[in-house]
Amino acid sequence: MATHILDEDFQPYEWLSEFSQQMPAGRDGAAASFIGTMRDYNDDATVRTMSLEHYPAMTQRYLEQLEKQAKTDWPLNDCLIVHRVGEVFPGEAIVLIGCWSAHRRAALDACNWLIEELKYKAPFWKKEQNQSGERWVESNTDGL
Amino acid sequence: MSIQVKFFASLRESLGQSETTVEQVSTVSEVWDLATQSATPPNNLLVAVNLDYANMQSLVNDGDEVAFFPPVTGG
Repeated sequence: MATHILDEDFQPYEWLSEFSQQMPAGRDGAAASFIGTMRDYNDDATVRTMSLEHYPAMTQRYLEQLEKQAKTDWPLNDCLIVHRVGEVFPGEAIVLIGCWSAHRRAALDACNWLIEELKYKAPFWKKEQNQSGERWVESNTDGL
Repeated sequence: MSIQVKFFASLRESLGQSETTVEQVSTVSEVWDLATQSATPPNNLLVAVNLDYANMQSLVNDGDEVAFFPPVTGG
């Protein structure tokens, strides 16, 4: 299990590859992952950059609690959460979640639960910069 | 007694302060009133005490850290 909060760009597929290479071969029958990246638009406005603020001590603690809860609720063999803070540009990854288990249902369901919990409870806040200035993102989309 | 108070994101900007200290309080609601000069709390206000989610009726103790912030938008 691992949680990382990064203040610079990261390559999610490289993280998945490197993290999974440390696992025992043949242990996992399923891996599920979610990668959230920054769009260059929101609410019909072009977004140039975005600042991601967080509450450092609470964020780290909350992400670790999420991982522990996921491992309690599903038979996961391993779990990875990576989240960006600081200035983010379109196309860059914001969040990576990976779940590994013996069978697909646990990995898929835990990954889905983790991203929803993170989006609605982990203390991060987005501020967008567009052509008319900057604005705080006031709520998450419903994901549809 | 002393309570450390923090504000984040749009709430920090609208209040014009990121942190302060208050004394002689017993609930989160009293912390808010003292720290903000009794500003009207936003309807969607979230609060944490010692890094765990709490509410305006939660009790506080000497040395606690209380944080106020708007709805989160990570991920």
